[in-house]
Amino acid sequence: MSNSLSGPLHDVAGDAGHEAHPPRMGFFTDTSVCIGCKACEVACKEWNLVPEDGLSLTGMSYDNTGALGASTWRHVAFVEQPIGRASRSTDLGMPGMGPPPDATPPAGPGQETESGEGGVRWLMSSDVCKHCTHAACLDVCPTGSLFRTEFGTVVVQEDICNGCGYCVPACPYGVIDIRPGDGRAFKCTLCYDRIGEGMTPACAQACPTESIQYGELDELRERAGRRLGELQEQGVDGARLYGADPDDGVGGDGAFFLLLDEPEVYGLPPDPVVTTRDLGSMWRHVGAAAGALVGLGVASFLGRRR
Amino acid sequence: MREQRMVPEASPDSYYGRPIIKEPTWKTPDVPLYLFLGGLAGASAVLAEGAAVTDRPDLERVARVAAGAGAALGTVALVHDLHRPERFLNMLRVLKPTSPLSVGSWILAPFSGLSAAAAASSVTGRLPRVGRLAGVGATVLGPPLATYTAALLANTAVPAWHEAHRELPFVFAGSGATAAGGFACLFTPLDQAGPARRMLAAGALVELAAAERLTGRLGLVGEPYGQGRPGRLMRTARVLTAVGGTAALVAGRRSRTVSVLAGAACVAASVLTRFGIFEAGTASARDPKYTVEPQRERLRARAAERARTLGR
Ligand code: SF4
Ligand code: SF4
Repeated sequence: MSNSLSGPLHDVAGDAGHEAHPPRMGFFTDTSVCIGCKACEVACKEWNLVPEDGLSLTGMSYDNTGALGASTWRHVAFVEQPIGRASRSTDLGMPGMGPPPDATPPAGPGQETESGEGGVRWLMSSDVCKHCTHAACLDVCPTGSLFRTEFGTVVVQEDICNGCGYCVPACPYGVIDIRPGDGRAFKCTLCYDRIGEGMTPACAQACPTESIQYGELDELRERAGRRLGELQEQGVDGARLYGADPDDGVGGDGAFFLLLDEPEVYGLPPDPVVTTRDLGSMWRHVGAAAGALVGLGVASFLGRRR
Repeated sequence: MREQRMVPEASPDSYYGRPIIKEPTWKTPDVPLYLFLGGLAGASAVLAEGAAVTDRPDLERVARVAAGAGAALGTVALVHDLHRPERFLNMLRVLKPTSPLSVGSWILAPFSGLSAAAAASSVTGRLPRVGRLAGVGATVLGPPLATYTAALLANTAVPAWHEAHRELPFVFAGSGATAAGGFACLFTPLDQAGPARRMLAAGALVELAAAERLTGRLGLVGEPYGQGRPGRLMRTARVLTAVGGTAALVAGRRSRTVSVLAGAACVAASVLTRFGIFEAGTASARDPKYTVEPQRERLRARAAERARTLGR
């Protein structure tokens, strides 16, 4: 099948063998309205019974979660930046907050505060598994534990995973991990149990600002495009979509983002590529090297007797 | 609103310097040892068959034992590396060409059986026909067993492994041959060890050339192969390989002592190479710059390309 390993692929679930299937579902995380409340982290933990992930202080920021992992399926990043790097203060139009839309917006800070050495800009962003169109974790899983659901999402079957750990370094976003003490790999399931019942995933349900939006991927992409246009019109120059492009290195993400700065600022890779894009080249070189080994073996027996 | 900034600024290049991708959870020494044992076993199967065809019974026996024992120990290392070892049979639940670990399991499983049978027959002298047939089977699977592990490492997001996917298979083929030749030199009388010495020397040449090309081509991402502990491991391995290979060629034919020492040096070098490559990869996963820099470079190049085509 064409583009099974990389490139744009519209029907992911169909490519994975689901015949009649629902539309592809996903997340659009609009970080411009995230207030860093971590409701998503908590809701996810509660619904999915995800155990505690170490109660330690990172000592580097207000973010004590640190990163996504086997027991952190939503992670809210707190980026603290001196103003200057940032774009100017804008009313980001957070739903349900502030004055009604027809009132004149008050002059004042958006996400900026002032301090002794100048202003600080806060960037908050709730990160999650991207449910890639071309998911490296799924491609490399030797047991078939990771699979593509009828919704086009990527889920681990915990009764099959043998903890080989291959998915861990394969993910270009550093999402999936082995849970210490348990030994199996865990990550976001996009609430497979909830969406199967027509419900919204726990994080999106709990998000008070609608920063996390759940829905059909095609529709989310349109909505995100409109939102980006709005922000650009308002002069938010750092705004960009991340993971929304089906032509990118992973064929587009099922969970994509609107960011206000470079991806790496949020701990995201700027141009991720699914490792299996180079699968053909890898196997060809392995084959050629195996051939070389045969040749080398034969050559060792030519020539003198001892 | 006045607020004092309490924490260091997030560096503009990464999120507080944290890694972007996850460091492999593969265990050491299990996985690097497995890489070594797979190479030793796979190349030994080739050596054993050559010895059988050219009627060198001592060499054949040593190489058959190396193949059988290497595969058996390798399997133990691989199962031990699993975080749920009791589920190791799930490895044979499916066959997925996109997963080198799946393909490798399907190579390793039959190879282990065949090479064990061939070794047992060769040592006991029992069922020589069956043993020989098993040996032929192991010879077919041996070379892919020695080289697929390169794809195992390369088919990840780990920069120092993935970017090396063209050279790693040749490094592993060479390293497997030096290990197999070296091991056979340790236990084979001089008058039958000629092919083992030549395999050792040729393997050394292939390995050194491929490793040289690898570090030369990779640039920034190749840095971890030359720095810190992995760098020291790789350098020591290189010296041992070069010295062992030269000694075996020059004086290995006349002196058993030289032959044994050269063999030992090459086996040790093969072990060190695998640890070096493994650790260089984990180091490149830990430091976000190896993930971010090349990707940014790619984006810059693409933007420049777009600007050029638009400008026309
Ligand atoms: S983000 Fe990582 S874990 Fe999630 S689907 Fe993509 S490759 Fe798999
Ligand atoms: S750890 Fe589990 S989910 Fe991950 S690749 Fe291995 S078997 Fe698949």
